[in-house]
Amino acid sequence: MKPKMKIKTPAGIKSKGQIKTKTIIPGKEYASDQEIRWCPGCGDYSILKQVQAILAEERIPREEIVFISGIGCSSRFPYYMNTYGMHSIHGRATAIASGLRAIRRELNIWIITGDGDGLSIGGNHLIHLFRRNFNVNILLFNNEIYGLTKGQYSPTSPIGTINKTATWGTIDSPFNPLALALGANATFVARGLDVDPKMLRSVLKKANDHKGASFVEIYQNCNVFNDGAFSIYTDKDYKKDHTITLEQNKPLIFGHNEDKGILLDGLKPRIVDLSNGLSQNDLWIHDETDEMKAAILSRFSDNPKMPRPLGVLYASQRATYEDLLHQQKEKALEQASKQDLFSLFKGKNSWEVS
Amino acid sequence: MNNSPELKENIVIKFAGDSGDGMQLTGSQFTETAAKYGNDLATFPDFPAEIRAPQGTLYGVSGFQLHFGSRQIHTPGDEFDVLVAMNAAALKTNISFLKPGGTLILNTDGFDDKNIRLAKYNPEKNPMDDENLLSDFIVHKIAITQFTRNALGKSGLSIKEIDRSKNMFALGFVYWLFNRKTDFTEEFLKKKFHSNQVIADSNIKVLKAGYNFGITVEATTPNIDVRPAKLEKGIYRNIRGNEAIALGIVSLAHKTKLDTFFAGYPITPASEILHDLARLRQYVYTFQAEDEIAAITSAIGASFGGGLGITASSGPGIALKTESIGLAVTLEIPLLIINVQRAGPSTGMPTKTEQSDLLQAFYGRNGETPLPVMAAKSPSDCFDIIYEAGKIAIEHMTPVLVLSDGYLGNGSSPWKIPDPEKLPNIEIPVADNRHLKEGDFLPYKRDEKLSRPWAVPGKAGFEHRIGGLSKEHETGNVSYDPENNEKMAKIREEKVEKIAEYLPEQRIEAGYASGKLLVIGWGSTYGALLSAVKELIHENYEAIGFTHLRYLRPLPRNLGDLLNKFEFILIPELNNGQLIKIIREKFDVQTIGMNKIKGMPFTKTEIKSKIIDVLKEVVSET
Repeated sequence: MKPKMKIKTPAGIKSKGQIKTKTIIPGKEYASDQEIRWCPGCGDYSILKQVQAILAEERIPREEIVFISGIGCSSRFPYYMNTYGMHSIHGRATAIASGLRAIRRELNIWIITGDGDGLSIGGNHLIHLFRRNFNVNILLFNNEIYGLTKGQYSPTSPIGTINKTATWGTIDSPFNPLALALGANATFVARGLDVDPKMLRSVLKKANDHKGASFVEIYQNCNVFNDGAFSIYTDKDYKKDHTITLEQNKPLIFGHNEDKGILLDGLKPRIVDLSNGLSQNDLWIHDETDEMKAAILSRFSDNPKMPRPLGVLYASQRATYEDLLHQQKEKALEQASKQDLFSLFKGKNSWEVS
Repeated sequence: MNNSPELKENIVIKFAGDSGDGMQLTGSQFTETAAKYGNDLATFPDFPAEIRAPQGTLYGVSGFQLHFGSRQIHTPGDEFDVLVAMNAAALKTNISFLKPGGTLILNTDGFDDKNIRLAKYNPEKNPMDDENLLSDFIVHKIAITQFTRNALGKSGLSIKEIDRSKNMFALGFVYWLFNRKTDFTEEFLKKKFHSNQVIADSNIKVLKAGYNFGITVEATTPNIDVRPAKLEKGIYRNIRGNEAIALGIVSLAHKTKLDTFFAGYPITPASEILHDLARLRQYVYTFQAEDEIAAITSAIGASFGGGLGITASSGPGIALKTESIGLAVTLEIPLLIINVQRAGPSTGMPTKTEQSDLLQAFYGRNGETPLPVMAAKSPSDCFDIIYEAGKIAIEHMTPVLVLSDGYLGNGSSPWKIPDPEKLPNIEIPVADNRHLKEGDFLPYKRDEKLSRPWAVPGKAGFEHRIGGLSKEHETGNVSYDPENNEKMAKIREEKVEKIAEYLPEQRIEAGYASGKLLVIGWGSTYGALLSAVKELIHENYEAIGFTHLRYLRPLPRNLGDLLNKFEFILIPELNNGQLIKIIREKFDVQTIGMNKIKGMPFTKTEIKSKIIDVLKEVVSET
């Protein structure tokens, strides 16, 4: 057995009652003593590392963090974090986290899910979490395949995918996870790549800072069952021509030599060549608070000519479910302050037997 | 002429009409008035699943049965002393349960040709004029609809609005019949229609018209008086089972100070628990989940977070929750799961009662998944059982499944209101230094109850991961070790069995402690079984006893001894034989089943005659 890594409680975050001073914690202190069992070369390793890094950067005490997952390769994630965690059942992490968040507003809650867990068996809970806007971070590891069950097509596999359960090619039209999230009124919608640590960290940090349901789709390579599914967006030869990195208040520019831009022609996005006189001011300026533009961005993936947007597509503020719930409780407590439990039991029609 | 009231010990009234006639309201108003007067009582609302079933049809009949008395009342009664039939269909479906000599109140306006045809009576012969049908009863034929219209002719209301208050005429008349005042219902109507004075006044006017009709027109009939019952000292109210469950949950929140989180998805007949709790936000967080699975899993999330997670449903919903119940079993966290059973299978008969989910509660999950199962015996017992189930769930760190049913959930009985401060203490098994080993928290380190500690996110030094995968003894780390898996399965089983050491012993409720025949029941059949055995003992039958199971898993530790003192065990159940399978599996005793799957509770008479038959046939042969 692997020897246990001794993890000390960081100074200043000891027992209850003491004032918590935020101490810088090295990222590896967020790693548990459990041996990681993902396949060598799996994209999950990088995501794990970036999450640990940003938790350290944000200096969040370990005991205040909870990771909840469902079933699938990605869902092993909580075991590798030295925080509180639950590896639950297929598709239900979102619902479990909703109940936890409803009563515990101070915790830092993360949901780890995949394209099968989050969009197929757990699709219902995911959309309802979005509309309720619980303050949680949802990381959906999208590898367009079922990995843990060894290679069946998933709800994000492109039409025509051939594999074990699609000998003749899939005929299911795939989900567009970001469009789905926007359609369900998610308040933070972003996309990242497993192999771009810097950009992923930046997206994760923004997701964590956002108060409300933060949804991050992460393209994650399954090198065993669906290797290279996203290579066009990750290989350095193609990447720049096929992705566009969104930055708030910056024009939409991409391409190998940053020579291509996107402008909005009515509601139609159009790729333009920047080498023939167009200025940056003519381009679409990214505004992550604009839900119409976010919707258009989310639909770039429907058009093979358009680059794949990375970064934050949409971020807006709306009251969280748990805040509204607690406000109701305070109001109810105020109104009921004069009524004791015995009189509540009695109701309007009691009588005495003496 | 002024007759003095006739004194009666107990009375059964049935109000029956179209599902839009307001019979549930009429019945519950009479119930509250009787309760306020100090009668013991039991009610049985019986209504179609359709909100407004087609008018005048047999399947559209909605009924409310009430049994009240000056003595202890255990059931809503087998036969009626009084039947109010608002139309021909209501008469058709209920007349056979009216006692000879009983009082029949007919709304003559509900017996036109169409009503008679829909009720499948001979169209040539109005049942109101059928001597053969009605000669055994005291019949009051009253043009209730017409009288209501006359009373409200100048109210400015439409005919449709006027007709809606005809139930108040019937109620007023029955109040007169039983010498009860109308003031309680008047107050109720003022509050209910506080935003519409005209409707409130009209209903009160019709109520009084019904009452006065009794005084003036029917004054030659003596009215009936049922004196208050001699109940134990205390403050009482009338309570429905579902309401009692809600208040039990509130008491758990109050006593434990835990954040109590109740999640549900609307389903008949359990929805009312969510309705009641939604009003009480000061005690309980309620969550109307997107489906049954989200309801239980969000409750699991709350329990993981150190709250008390609770969910309630009925059979079909419980079926959807079963995978999650398995998760709660292996996580070993407190959780309450309430099943207000209804007639199955599948959607079955949603508004009708049954006890057919016992085996589902026992075995309906994948893997070896033991958990405690308890069943309530009366509407007011629903309060006690929830509180006790919550105590077990927390102190033994386990999900607990509580069985109620539609009959208990919708039915009502008087409840002696407890002092909330005197409810039993509940100890919360908080994780502490005893559960640390070299600085690491051991989430599955067990105490003498075999129960594990509860470490809640936010507590530094106790960070841990748990899940649905097989867990290593003490550390809770994922383990595929064969020996460990078997060990953990056995421990979980033993942990549940061990709860019996903390529970009271089973006792005989009525009759003899040994002899020929023991009647054993569980759940909502309590009242009928108890009354039947008590009456037989009163009629000098010997060597029969009655016991009723509250704890189904684990079974009481002395149950075997108790059963072995009888030659035969009779097991009446509202299913096709479920407890009988469990008893046969565990004990070497001679069992006889008695089963009913009609969506209706047992009557006392059915039980009595079955016992008499069994004593005659089976027992005497040996």
